[in-house]
Amino acid sequence: MSFTPVLIFFLGGVGMVFAALVVSRLLAPHRPNPLKNTTYECGEEPVGSPWLRFNTRFYVIVLIFLIFDVEVLFLFPWAVNLRELGLFAWVDMAIFIAILMVGLAYVWGKGDLEWIRPRGSSAGSAKGR
Amino acid sequence: MSITTEHRELILPQAETMLLGMGPSHPAMHGIIRLNLALDGERVADATIDIGFLHRGFEKMVERHTWNQAIIYTDRLNYVSAMINNVGYCLAVERLLGVETPPRCVYLRVIMSELSRVMDHLTCIAAQIMETGAMTVFLYCMKAREWIYEVVEMCCGARVTTNWTRVGGLMADVPADFPDAVRQRIPELRFVISEIDKLVTRNRIFIDRYRNVGVMPRDEAISRGFTGPCLRASGVPFDVRRDQPYLNYDEFDFEIPVGTNGDVYDRYLVRMFEMEQSLRIVEQALDKLPEGPVSVEDKSITLPDKKDVYGNIEGLINQFKLIMNGHGIKPPPGEVYQAVEAPNGELGFYIISTGEASPYKCRCRPPCLPLTAAMPRMIIGEMVADIIPIFGSINMIGGELDG
Amino acid sequence: MNVLELLIAVAFMVGVIGFVSLFALFAIWMERKVSAHMQDRLGPMETGGWHGWSQTIADTVKLLLKEDIIPTAVDQPLFRMAPYIVFTGALASFAVIPFAANLIGADLNIGVYYLVAVSSLVVIGILMAGWASNNKWALYGAMRSAAQMVSYEIPVVLSLLVPVLLAQSLSMQKLVEIQAGGFWHWTVFSHLPFALVAFVIYFWASLAEVNRTPFDIPEAESELVAGYHVEYSGMRFAMFFLAEYANMFVVAAVAATVFLGGWHAPLPFLELSTEVSWIGSAVVGTAWFVVKATFLVFVQMWLRWTLPRLRVDQLMRICWKVFLPFSFANVLLVSLWLAVKG
Repeated sequence: MSFTPVLIFFLGGVGMVFAALVVSRLLAPHRPNPLKNTTYECGEEPVGSPWLRFNTRFYVIVLIFLIFDVEVLFLFPWAVNLRELGLFAWVDMAIFIAILMVGLAYVWGKGDLEWIRPRGSSAGSAKGR
Repeated sequence: MSITTEHRELILPQAETMLLGMGPSHPAMHGIIRLNLALDGERVADATIDIGFLHRGFEKMVERHTWNQAIIYTDRLNYVSAMINNVGYCLAVERLLGVETPPRCVYLRVIMSELSRVMDHLTCIAAQIMETGAMTVFLYCMKAREWIYEVVEMCCGARVTTNWTRVGGLMADVPADFPDAVRQRIPELRFVISEIDKLVTRNRIFIDRYRNVGVMPRDEAISRGFTGPCLRASGVPFDVRRDQPYLNYDEFDFEIPVGTNGDVYDRYLVRMFEMEQSLRIVEQALDKLPEGPVSVEDKSITLPDKKDVYGNIEGLINQFKLIMNGHGIKPPPGEVYQAVEAPNGELGFYIISTGEASPYKCRCRPPCLPLTAAMPRMIIGEMVADIIPIFGSINMIGGELDG
Repeated sequence: MNVLELLIAVAFMVGVIGFVSLFALFAIWMERKVSAHMQDRLGPMETGGWHGWSQTIADTVKLLLKEDIIPTAVDQPLFRMAPYIVFTGALASFAVIPFAANLIGADLNIGVYYLVAVSSLVVIGILMAGWASNNKWALYGAMRSAAQMVSYEIPVVLSLLVPVLLAQSLSMQKLVEIQAGGFWHWTVFSHLPFALVAFVIYFWASLAEVNRTPFDIPEAESELVAGYHVEYSGMRFAMFFLAEYANMFVVAAVAATVFLGGWHAPLPFLELSTEVSWIGSAVVGTAWFVVKATFLVFVQMWLRWTLPRLRVDQLMRICWKVFLPFSFANVLLVSLWLAVKG
């Protein structure tokens, strides 16, 4: 199988990190203490936990990304065979992309592409900072 | 059916607020301060500021020392432009004493104040831009600052903590090659400033990062007690050098740059223009630099020459009378407020004398205190990344802020 | 696959690891020298004698001897796993990169596809590192990094689609072969202006993929301290660092492969055919390829020491509102042209 080298690369990557950490473990000192092992927060006691519900913008961006990533997935087989399929396939794909572009225009217009929505603005009326 | 705001909140749960302490041990919080932030995602929802990490008790120390000994503590106020602090303090004490320094001293004080201003602005711009990712500008600025430090070293042998002025004059006259050394550096400084200008001022990324960030409107800037480049960036043409002239600034031809927006970009531009104006003042002062003594010829103020101290009894007694505990300079009872235009704004010394050998009270008005106090106001509503240029633009100096 | 082929593959993998490590050492030294000379200074001059050539070796030894601190508050399994994933993701990309006509780990028939898939592994590793650190700076860095890398993946993939359209294949070796016969046959020059636009978009977007200035906001040292790897120390930190430089090489290598002729020489007579000499061909091909990739790495450094960094919202705006529409339009135009030409 032509994928065997790929597997070997994966194993090699893991092995490399493992070997480096083992060597470091053997050579480096290991003297933990409670103060050293506190979380870094600029030299002061950490306040609150970072493990909380994070900004929702991230969620929206990932949703949009997923849609486009799936689209790109469809583009690859089409790209490989475009010359044989000819203009008909191009028109097909152009329609497909056009539909997605309408979607992009929609989220763009709603302001969902802005990383931070201006405070207090409701959906649909958002403008860029 | 359109999705209303309420629906959206049902679909997308609201993010929680994250509490984050920025500083004291943080690369951008040099100075040192701590910002307590409440973050809503990438936006700053609320902020408070903790100061006092560099408190040394400046005012108390001054009270415990003689009038001349206090000068060394003024170095450590704004350690980037120490000579302006020296000058400011000495001007205040001289006003209490009612003495005028000789013209050569006045000109030299002007030259070194303006060079210090260039130094301070270079440092501020360097740090501010480095923190937004352009490290190269930082090193260009440091290179130029180094040339000024060489001049400072010529004057007093020290580089950062200069302790250069004395009540009634200067520590010593400058060496003979001083004017040429300064003249030679001015074109070099101009070249570096133009290099920075080319690299940064019209860079699109830089403008995007700095425009409309940390905006302080004109009226609010006035009511918050802003002075210096931050006030001028908000559109108020106030400069102590012109509005309450001290030394002999009224003799020089210089312009006061004024911004329009009061944002970080305008503060950067104001500083860039001011450096050029300072160099112009230095050039004019060098042309007019008179010969003569650098200290007042008053034996109750100025220390005698070392050759007199070691050579004759009058000199020795004079030295004794100025140095011995409880003796020395004794300004008449009274109080005085003297302001100078420091790189960050109005640096004022309010001094009360009771006729003793040390000040009864010395209060320093640090120019960056009102600016730092406005930090929360400027960063709330902005993004985390904007804190850095805003903080850089107010050029907070811990030594001066915490006193 | 017989034992011999397996051994060859293992030897190649070991060679690549050696190459990656050496390249990282060299690139870090180069970065210091490049930045130093751009900033009117000399950079390391002492260690090892000639222009401080062994400075990074000394640094590696130092990192090796540093204590490996794992804070008590972290999520242990994820924290320990993250460096493995980040580095493996970076290394696995090398499996399909053709160093020479006869030097490639696996000439997969889905090479480009594989590359895109594997490079996403790094995002997962970074996200793991940031979340597991239980540190707010790390979390911010990881979140920004993830958002940035997934967003910029789309322009990257779309611009890679242009050479794929031209070659009608996903095999990396095939993509190089169509560029044979001198620099005017390289994809970037042979199909002006589409391929040039694709190349420019690819290069800029790939800077975001590897978190380099002006897109280095996940690590913005003056703002997020160090971003996602703030809690890592010693060799674990070194693994992130190594992966970062390996990734720099990967994106430069991919750009060199699909746009700049890969292992082809700029002029046909400067390369050796496999029929003349198997080893000679491998050496000459690798040399051309590494020179091209290193040049692109140099450009990355050049940009880093010239430009300030963007803010996160500006970064996203550029991706979704500039790169994305442009790369879609580019793909549509080039495919229309190809479809009409037949």
